[in-house]
Amino acid sequence: MDLNTFLIQLLNGVQYGLLLFLVASGLTLVFGVMGIINLAHGSFYMIGAYLAWSLSAKLGSFWLAIPAGILFTVLLGILLEKLVIRHLYRRDHLYQVLATFGLILVFEEARSILWGDYVQGVEIPQLLSASIPLTDTMVYPSYRLWISAVCIVVALTMYWVIQKTRLGMIIRAGAWNREMVQTLGINIQLLYCVVFVLGITLATLAGMIASPVSSLYPGMGQSVLIICFVVVVVGGTGSVKGAMVASILIGLVDTFGKVLHLEIGGLKLLPELSSMTVYLLMAAILLWRPEGLFGRRL
Amino acid sequence: MTTEQGFNRRGFLKAGGTVLVAGGLGVPALTMAQGAKIKVGLMLPYTGTFSPFGIAIDNGFRLALAKDGGKLGGREVEIYKVDDESDPAKAVENINRLVTRDKVDVVVGTVHSGVVAGMIRVTRESGTLHMIPIAGLKEATGSLCSPNIFRTSFSNWQLGYGMGVALSKRPNVKNVATLTWNYAAGQEFVKGFKDGFLKGHGKIAKELWLPFPSLEFQALLTELASLKPDATFAFVAGGGGLKFLKDYAQAGLMKTIPLVGTGYMTDGGILAATGGVAEGVETTLYYSDDLNTPTNTTFREAYKKAYSVAPDAASVTGYDAALLLLAGTAAVKGDLSRRKELISAIEGAKIDSPRGAWTMSKFHNPIQDIYLRKVVGTENHFTEVAVKAVDDDPDNMKLCKMSS
Repeated sequence: MDLNTFLIQLLNGVQYGLLLFLVASGLTLVFGVMGIINLAHGSFYMIGAYLAWSLSAKLGSFWLAIPAGILFTVLLGILLEKLVIRHLYRRDHLYQVLATFGLILVFEEARSILWGDYVQGVEIPQLLSASIPLTDTMVYPSYRLWISAVCIVVALTMYWVIQKTRLGMIIRAGAWNREMVQTLGINIQLLYCVVFVLGITLATLAGMIASPVSSLYPGMGQSVLIICFVVVVVGGTGSVKGAMVASILIGLVDTFGKVLHLEIGGLKLLPELSSMTVYLLMAAILLWRPEGLFGRRL
Repeated sequence: MTTEQGFNRRGFLKAGGTVLVAGGLGVPALTMAQGAKIKVGLMLPYTGTFSPFGIAIDNGFRLALAKDGGKLGGREVEIYKVDDESDPAKAVENINRLVTRDKVDVVVGTVHSGVVAGMIRVTRESGTLHMIPIAGLKEATGSLCSPNIFRTSFSNWQLGYGMGVALSKRPNVKNVATLTWNYAAGQEFVKGFKDGFLKGHGKIAKELWLPFPSLEFQALLTELASLKPDATFAFVAGGGGLKFLKDYAQAGLMKTIPLVGTGYMTDGGILAATGGVAEGVETTLYYSDDLNTPTNTTFREAYKKAYSVAPDAASVTGYDAALLLLAGTAAVKGDLSRRKELISAIEGAKIDSPRGAWTMSKFHNPIQDIYLRKVVGTENHFTEVAVKAVDDDPDNMKLCKMSS
């Protein structure tokens, strides 16, 4: 692999990692602060992608579809928190798994009724349809760079909110010790609602901005759910910083795992290994730090 | 683990695992079974990357069934559905829902070759009549062939071979890279391709593999760009196929490295969603949307009328599976216990398929023409017959020991 190719692969890895962060950070927040295992998290990624598709057709613009989609998600989030999630806080985790698994089925069925079962695609908005030449055979779509930029902005905003604001302080306290926060007279019910809405909005946002470079099909949320769980576990449950580091790490390992085995020509590693690299990384990290990279010691 | 705080990472992992297992819950299409009805089980991917094919097969199957008033051999039909999710790990469990729990008489399924491997393990034992639409796994009509197992699509090798032969005739294509999902079908497509292509003057630049059903193509596309082959032979399909075509185009490779592949890469109704980026992509398959035969025209009109979308190659295999069943059950007047007659009626059936006439080989795989097609707008257009009346891989056929 020459330097040029190496740098492009590095870019690929970081880009994938940043997008992963956007999806997984919501999962880790909801779990870390509220103690809710939201299996339907992947469904929100799917809902985001389908919203971008149907709204940009209805409103005539991808750029209008994004804020409209976010508004819809916030309303949906508030409703869901009141109707379903609120009843799960005091319950055993098995109930949470069952209820949120039920949500997956509900969302899939709703998707089927509203948007059909056929594969769909969203076109890259005109504004970002240009691409940057990288080599004489390959170009890099500027839209992908824009995705990375959005992810970085979201990550920095989250960092600022969590570290520097009063809300962030409460969120951190909530993740650390729920009972103490309650006894200090903070409205934990409201906090949970805010965190849940924030968590799923991140996933829907990821689905929306990724839609032009992916495809929409039944069950597409499940494909990101598993990798999100890996990110959360590797990064440490509840740690947004951990999710960031783990996402980038997984993005790089996944990217190089797919091509590096081709490099070691003499010592031929099986292509099968590339499907395992991410999980091998997870196993190694958990052996070393069972609580994850930035998790609290168990 | 009773307090909210007490839940740890292990519990989190366990819960995650529960989803993966629970995801396989299939829902039977319903209702009370009556003795007089023939029970047909449809085990197809209704979700996941291959869902477009599952839906198309289901549609095609029901369309042909409706020809005879929805009856098989004069008996009412009851349909049971299971979503196989294209997950080989759940294949045996899923097929057992149909064979053991619902006690179906016929199984139709499926798309993913790895899942079919699990299905035939069960149907060979149970003897349940099994129609395979799509999945071209070589063992199904090779070392694991069985009198009750029939295929209405192709063997993977046939399609890869067709493209290999077609490319070997082009003087300017000498160096080809392959890029496929790494599972049975991908490997067999590549073998077929090499068997056809390497007969000529060409060589393989590199074989690139991607774990199924990974959708992160960027790393391998970068690898391709640095290899600079004369063409890429690829197979990725369904929801993932759409993403692949878009990624390939967005990386600028459509202009610099021509893309060819096996049929399903451009089927499953995904062309309408590509926004035209797949224009000119060439594939080989047993069917082409624009085949100008009366049977195909009638089929396409009836399908569009029934489902308000255009049919594709997957719909044809579902359609043909039902035609075979209609022919078989008519011969025994719906009496499935006359097994020998039923099977020989299916073997000898003359199927008037939208793809053109084809015959069943004695290993229960279609002997058929493989067409070279090119994407024009939202359809695959016929360019030429890549190979005529081709049978399965000779290496595979000799492994079949059929004992009825």
